[in-house]
Amino acid sequence: MSSYLKTKIIEKIRFGILSPDEIRKLSSARIITADTYDEDGLPIPSGLMDQRLGTIEPGQRCQTCGNLVSQCMGHFGHIEMARPIIHCGYAKKVLKILRSICPECSMLMLTEDEKVKYTKEQEKHREMYFESDEELTKLIFKTARKAKKCPYCGARKKKIVIEKPTTFYEEEEGKGSRRLTPMDIRERLIRISDNDLRIMGISPASARPEWTVLEVLPIPPVCVRPSITLDSGIRSEDDLTHKLVDVIRINQRLRENLDAGAPHLIVEDLWELLQYHITTYFDNEVSGIPPARHRSGRALRTITQRLKGKEGRFRSNLSGKRVDFSARSVISPNPHISINDVGVPTSIAKILTIPSNVNPWNIGEMKRLVINGPFTHPGANYIIRTDNRRIDLRYVKNRDVIAETLVPGYIVERHLNNKDLVLFNRQPSLHRMSIMAHEVKIMDGRTFRLNLTICPPYNADFDGDEMNLHVPQSEEARTEAELLLKVQEHMLSPRFGGPIIGGIQDFISTVYQFTSKDSVYNIKDTLKLLYLGKIFDTNPDFSIIDLTPITTDPEPKYSGKLIFSALFPQDLNLRQRSKFCKRCDVCKEDDCEYDAYVHIENGKLLTGTIDEATFGAMKPNSILQRIIKDHGNERGRIFLDNSIQMLLHVIRMNGITIGLDEVFVKDDAMEEIINTIDKANVECEELIKAYYNKDEKILSRAPGRTLKETLELRIRGILNDARKTAETIASIDIGDQAHSVIMTKSGARGNPLNLGQMAAIVGQQAIRGERIHRGYIKRTLPHYKINDLSPKARGFVSSSYRKGLNPEEFFFHSMGGREGLVDTAVRTSQSGYMQRRLVNALQDVIVENDNTVRDANKSIVQFQFGDDGIDPSKSDHGLAINLDILLLKAKSLKAIKKTPTTKTSEKNAPVKKVPIEKTEKKILKKPTKKDKKILDEDSLIQEFEKETGKKAIWRGKQTKQYYNWKNEKYGVKK
Amino acid sequence: MAKKKLDVLRHNLVPKHIILTKEQTKDLLNKYKIRVVDLPRILNSDPAIFSIGAKEGDIVKILRKSHTTLDEIEYYRYVTKEKTS
Repeated sequence: MSSYLKTKIIEKIRFGILSPDEIRKLSSARIITADTYDEDGLPIPSGLMDQRLGTIEPGQRCQTCGNLVSQCMGHFGHIEMARPIIHCGYAKKVLKILRSICPECSMLMLTEDEKVKYTKEQEKHREMYFESDEELTKLIFKTARKAKKCPYCGARKKKIVIEKPTTFYEEEEGKGSRRLTPMDIRERLIRISDNDLRIMGISPASARPEWTVLEVLPIPPVCVRPSITLDSGIRSEDDLTHKLVDVIRINQRLRENLDAGAPHLIVEDLWELLQYHITTYFDNEVSGIPPARHRSGRALRTITQRLKGKEGRFRSNLSGKRVDFSARSVISPNPHISINDVGVPTSIAKILTIPSNVNPWNIGEMKRLVINGPFTHPGANYIIRTDNRRIDLRYVKNRDVIAETLVPGYIVERHLNNKDLVLFNRQPSLHRMSIMAHEVKIMDGRTFRLNLTICPPYNADFDGDEMNLHVPQSEEARTEAELLLKVQEHMLSPRFGGPIIGGIQDFISTVYQFTSKDSVYNIKDTLKLLYLGKIFDTNPDFSIIDLTPITTDPEPKYSGKLIFSALFPQDLNLRQRSKFCKRCDVCKEDDCEYDAYVHIENGKLLTGTIDEATFGAMKPNSILQRIIKDHGNERGRIFLDNSIQMLLHVIRMNGITIGLDEVFVKDDAMEEIINTIDKANVECEELIKAYYNKDEKILSRAPGRTLKETLELRIRGILNDARKTAETIASIDIGDQAHSVIMTKSGARGNPLNLGQMAAIVGQQAIRGERIHRGYIKRTLPHYKINDLSPKARGFVSSSYRKGLNPEEFFFHSMGGREGLVDTAVRTSQSGYMQRRLVNALQDVIVENDNTVRDANKSIVQFQFGDDGIDPSKSDHGLAINLDILLLKAKSLKAIKKTPTTKTSEKNAPVKKVPIEKTEKKILKKPTKKDKKILDEDSLIQEFEKETGKKAIWRGKQTKQYYNWKNEKYGVKK
Repeated sequence: MAKKKLDVLRHNLVPKHIILTKEQTKDLLNKYKIRVVDLPRILNSDPAIFSIGAKEGDIVKILRKSHTTLDEIEYYRYVTKEKTS
């Protein structure tokens, strides 16, 4: 298609000011009457709706160009002004010029020598940059303004002041000030020589300064200001038309008064009024004058308002447009589809189409689609014949007949179907991963479905988020999307070269449970998990025989670590510390007692529990990153897809949930917590007392602070420590098998503080980093005495979320909570504007083929991108190479080479069995021991839970079932 | 201009500044296919530029140490005059 188009290159664009002559030449009608339509609804000739200004009525021919509405683009008219008027947009420039020219002879007030020098410099600059030197121009205006006397005619310079927006006064010392009429100004501007203008950086050919004083006003064509006919038949005119009516009316009145020789005062008044109307016609938001208003009191939307700002022509209609072939809907999760996929509802797929060329190979398929028609899903909406005629299949009576007419060369606009590529986007589009290409999966329902792991790049969640979908229409666009935009091409962030997608939330807590030491699976579960992880597809040689079971007595059992390892490529090598690593002084590495040292050698997870640090999104040196770096995006995607499927099954087997009993603290521990808080309260009390007594022995002033600030500091410190202690007590009591703890430990969600707030104590509420001091005079709430500085009177919440807050505490908590909300609201708007400014400044900066970074003028910005030429998206967290990883790889290669004949399984066997057998003993022996003895309560509870799968303790009390079970098995102990 | 008190070039944080000869200038402009005005600019009032005595219109090569590569990185700057009256 494009090859038939004529292409031309724009060499240059010149902006200038229209001269009166040009306006008259452009004009197709001189407008005299201020009226628009007569009683019959016909446009009045020489009125604002004159038919020569272009037609807007369908079926009518334009009186100027003879075209119909669709062809006629409208024609300008003009008004002859009775008196010249200053254009408000140029007032500032006019002032600058007036101040630097002689009031008598209009010469630029520079000496001959200066003129010669500046002319030369301007010429030089123009030659190089095709425009005048702005800085030099500024300097010239500054020097010319300083002159006291005209160097040519000797006239004294007078001070010129401006009264915003368009009134000029000339002040002479001792003589008072005189108003400069636009006519006076025009006279002065006309006299300026072309050469002087060039020195001032003005091109006399395209922008003579006197043209900024309007003698003739162009009238925009009717289609620029169309009138609206309401249902009731009442015509409503556009804002611009309203304003033009005012302009013409006053202009006519001024002319009549002038012709009649009216008194000077009246003429002056009318002139000023005309100036006001014209100023507001151009810009209704100029400072210094009240905006022109509609009868209803609404400010008029005149020319400047139409163009300016976010809703203006440029940003709203030219830079951004509404598009076809797009859809928008609510999103919802579907963990069973690939990260490359997007679920599209059938109802949307039936509206979005893709033009397919009919050829001998697909003609059968195309016929089927045409027969299906626009209302059944894999169908088609339109056929475009070779003569470019479009057939709408909605109105075709017999689609079978039409289908038979299909021949190669026709284009069928078929419905969106599985495997089609579409672009998917969520606003705000802050980075390039906000728009990615997905493969369509047609689904029931009304929402777009997406895989959970791609939430981070879009920053999406499912609390009602909506997303947009666009269908590329050309083969080129689809190819580009396939190669550059697919989700799998965006797994590594261009920001730092690490993965921005990865396991989130439940996948993290599950992978933690799955790969921890005590997770074992029998052969049935193992096979199911391996199958779900598509191990047998990715690795055809794989066999379960190669896996070394952790135990064979009574049946073979496999560890979660082993099963998860099957997902890795066989040359994966990684050493990484887990999120819950205790940061010991000397790392014991493989022998870590917390199992926090992840060691993967040749695709086998030897030690360590996988958690957020190795499996999460945006984590440096994660498993996913290593796979992508070594094996490419495709393999990385397969790993992620498969591990998600495997883990999904594990989630269902384990079941992760939290309830109130997870944050329950037993009585003795609770007492301890209360004691801690009481102790802190007493400590604070002492400090407060010391503060009032000015006892600097107890409350010694901190350097650079007042006594009061010191007190606050100390109290905050004490309370914070108390909260931390309470948190620790609670966490010890809850233990580390609770699901809430698993979540925080693995990094899936939450942190110990959240748990402490739920179980033990909420803690100090703060506003701007200080305790709460707002409210009444010297107290926060009327519940407290004046000057009460005690913790509870200043927003210390000593309840836990589980226990519930009392009214005062709740109020303080809301105060603290509101600050957070306000902060986020302010931050988003600020960063949004910052982003906009950055994007505007950097949008044309590009890396050229010679590796230089250049701007829109092809001027050099950097000689090498980033001064070292490293592409951050291909780097390893900003570094060109990661030596640690390279070394690790080399070492494991050596290990393979040393024992070339032995099989990998044999080689791994001795290494593996030693640590594994230990765990096996632990697991197997525990229950056997317990059977024989009557044990303490704790082990009984464990036994009960194992046997029945029910909780023995609910909300801190033993359940009835447990009690009965205990009685039955071990007899009553009353 | 005040009397030169300190030789900035001797400071360890000031990189090497070298004025290009006419031939080198020509080569540079040919290499990138640019005009002098397409180069990044540096003011002639810059202490280092002042110290090496570069004049307006000269092109200066600056050699900086890099922490990502072993070689020194070359920068080129076009010396311009500050506009003051």
